[in-house]
Parts: sequence; C-alpha cells; structure tokens
Amino acid sequence: MSSLQSSAWRAASTVIRRDLLLAFRRPGEWLQPLAFFLIVTLLFPLSTDPELARLRQLAPAALWVALLLASMLALDFLFREDANDGTLEQLALSGQPFAVLLLAKTATHWMLTGLPLAVVAPLAAVALGAPASSVPQVLVTLLLGSVSLSLIGSIGAGLTLGVRRSGALLSLLVLPLAIPTLVFGARATQLAMVGESVAGPLYLLGALAVLGLTLAPLAAAAAVRISLE
Amino acid sequence: MSWAWFHRFGSPPYFYRVAGLLTPWFAWPAAVLLVVGLGWGLFVSPPDKLQGDAYRIIYIHVPNSWLSLMSYSAMAVSAAIGLIWRIKVAHAVAAAIAPAGAAFTAVSLLTGMLWGQPMWGTYWAWDPRIVFELVLLFFFLGYIALRSAIDDLNRADRTSAVLAIVGVVNVPIVHYSVIWWNSLHQAPSVLRTDGPSMPIQMLAPLLVSFLGFTLYFVAVMLVRARAEVLHRERGGDWIREAVAMHGNSP
Repeated sequence: MSSLQSSAWRAASTVIRRDLLLAFRRPGEWLQPLAFFLIVTLLFPLSTDPELARLRQLAPAALWVALLLASMLALDFLFREDANDGTLEQLALSGQPFAVLLLAKTATHWMLTGLPLAVVAPLAAVALGAPASSVPQVLVTLLLGSVSLSLIGSIGAGLTLGVRRSGALLSLLVLPLAIPTLVFGARATQLAMVGESVAGPLYLLGALAVLGLTLAPLAAAAAVRISLE
Repeated sequence: MSWAWFHRFGSPPYFYRVAGLLTPWFAWPAAVLLVVGLGWGLFVSPPDKLQGDAYRIIYIHVPNSWLSLMSYSAMAVSAAIGLIWRIKVAHAVAAAIAPAGAAFTAVSLLTGMLWGQPMWGTYWAWDPRIVFELVLLFFFLGYIALRSAIDDLNRADRTSAVLAIVGVVNVPIVHYSVIWWNSLHQAPSVLRTDGPSMPIQMLAPLLVSFLGFTLYFVAVMLVRARAEVLHRERGGDWIREAVAMHGNSP
C-alpha cells in the first residue's frame, strides 16, 4: 500500500516538474493573466471618480472580480494543450490515480497563475487605497481564495475539454461555482482594509479550499476521462 | 431483491411504452388539483391580515420554488444513474428535465419579484436565497449550454452528467439559506419542526396546488423524456415496428 502511495506521489511530482519546466521555457504565457489582472484593476479607478475614499470602498470588489476573471482566462491552458498532444491520454493510461495527477497539474497551474496573482494583488490593493498594514491579511485571503478558484476551475476546464470554443461556456459553468469564494473573499478583504478581524470569512474560505481539494480533483478526473473517450 | 425491474427501464422501447401509459395518471390528477388548488387559493381562501390579497402569489411561488430544487435533484440523480450504470434512458430523462427545471426556477424568481415590489418595495433584493436561486438558474442554463456544445451525444450525456452532479452543492445552500443567514426572505412557514405557521384555510389550498404542480412536473418530465427517447432512437427498428402496428402514434 505504501509503495503504491509513494509511486503515486513520485508520478505527481514528475508531472509538477514537467509542467513547471514547460512553463519556464515559455514565460510569456503565464505572464498574460497577470497583465490582464493589472489592466482590469486599472479600469476601475478610470471608470469612476478616482477619489481615494471612494476607491477604498470599491477595492475589494475590484480585486476579486479581476482575480476571478484573470483566473478564468488562465484556465484555458490548464488541460487543453496536453489534451491536444496526447499527454493527458498517457497520464490516464499510466496506471497512477488520475485524480492525483490532475491535482498535480492543477497545483502547478496555481503556482503559475494563482500564486503570482495573489502576490501582485496586494500591490493593486494599495494602489486602490488599502492601508499598508492590511497587506499581509489581504495576501492570505487572496492566497486561500485563489486555491479554491484553481480547483473549481479545473472542473470547468475538464468539462469543456471536448468543446471547440470554450471561452464563454467555461465562464458560465465556473462562475456560479465560484460565487461563495468571491463572497467570503471580498468580505475578508473588506474587513482587512478597515482593520477588523478577518477570522470569520477566512475560516470559511479555508473550508471552501479544503472542500475543493477533496472533491474537485475527482470531478475533474471524471470529466477529463469522458472527454478522452 | 431483484433489480430486473429497474434495468428494464434502461430499454428505450420499454421506457417509451411505460412512460406513455403512466403519463395520463399524472397529467389528469395534476390538472384537477391545479384547478382546485389555485381556484381555492386565489378566490376562496381569506386574505392575509397584513399582506391583503398580494400574499396569494404563494400558491404559485412556493410550489415552483420547491420544484426548482426538486427538479434539479431529480436531474442530478438521473444523470448520476446514467453515468454510473451507463443507462442511456437515464441521460434522456436528465436532458428532458433541464428546460422544465429552468422554467420552474424562472417562474419562482419572477413571482418572487412581483411579490417583492408591493411587500419589500423593490423587485430585487441582494438576499442569499434570491441570489442562490438565480445561481440555480445559471446551473440549469450551464447544463443546457454544455450539453448543446458537445456534438457527440454519448459524450454530451456523460460530461453534462458530471456538471449536474457538481451543481448539487447548490441545492442545500438554497434550501438552508434562510436559516443560515439572517435574510430578508422569510423563513419556512410550511415545513417546520413545530408545525406549519399558517392557518388551515391558507395551508390547505397551498398543499393542494403543491401536489398539483408536482404531479404536473412528473407528467411533463415523462412527455419530454418520451420525446427525447424518440429523437435519440430515430431510425430504430422498434419505432418502425410500432408505427407499422399502430399507425402514426406508436
């Protein structure tokens, strides 16, 4: 049993190493969502009166909506390329637990999109009027939230793998599932910005991330398997 | 216990025939109960002390809200049966439920809005139950969109089944939203542990129309599922034989 587990673990770390290597050979690709995120957050102050008090009210909503849209955009290269060149089929046939391998892919994807977004977002938050003292809390909130978003996104990416133009459909499927994360994440960010305790919504965000971690890989694996048939 | 009766439903001709036989047993009682329940509720039962006649919309709103959750659950269970035991008829049933469920959800939202204008002074409130009911509508729409986006029928069935099962997380959220959050939408007044909180003159017609709408849902589901099976099996020998035997209506 333990040797089975360790071989699954080795397979997963191989997948992570391969995906990271591929990503570092093509840095442009995973920088795109980051640039997209910054541009979207830039649109909010430009489309309203850029007075700091008003921006501060808008900031949590702007951050989370931009984060949601950017991670949505990034989902397109979670599975698609590997489905096209047959890598996913090889993974499915490898005899290793498919859900674990897809979780490894999702984890890599989070490292390349969710993590940089969560790190850059507090800077955007400060630009939108968040006090510097709230940055650590905002960062933790965004980190936890982006984990959930990546996991939920892996289900959507799996489901739309067999669809030719998946952009709008992917959003239609993923955004409803992402609403609880958005609600609690924006709430936590708002509390952090006014200097209150973020514990409540943060625990709920953590619970959502754990729920996603438990169930999302199974759903994604089922969806990807069907599209490979 | 033998499961043969269950697997027989996996056969399209058998399902088609049995569903056709069952339909009138649901459709007629539904018609009678709806006429009685809605007539009683809209014209006979007394007006509410605080809300006047406006409360009467509950005779449509409550059954449709219940059916929106019920039909989503039925769709997910049926999709899961199709996915697990690879029964194509079950996928046809799930596909047949989706538009009906979306319609119930839309009616629930619309009647809620019509009631909200005189009572809350606004058509729309950002209240958890209302928002998650809207999310339910998006799940139905997403299911329909995903199904129609995949050309291969077998893959469309199985992929959309996974989505239907994932979306089940939303059902308890809608149901418990008025209990978990302190919301504008009122708490349940029929299904309560301490008994219904409405007088019998209002409760009785509600239960009648409740039952009527539910039977109506079953009848609609059967008719739509039959049509779906017929469409999927077009060109099948059993349809040609049935047509040859019974003329135009197999």
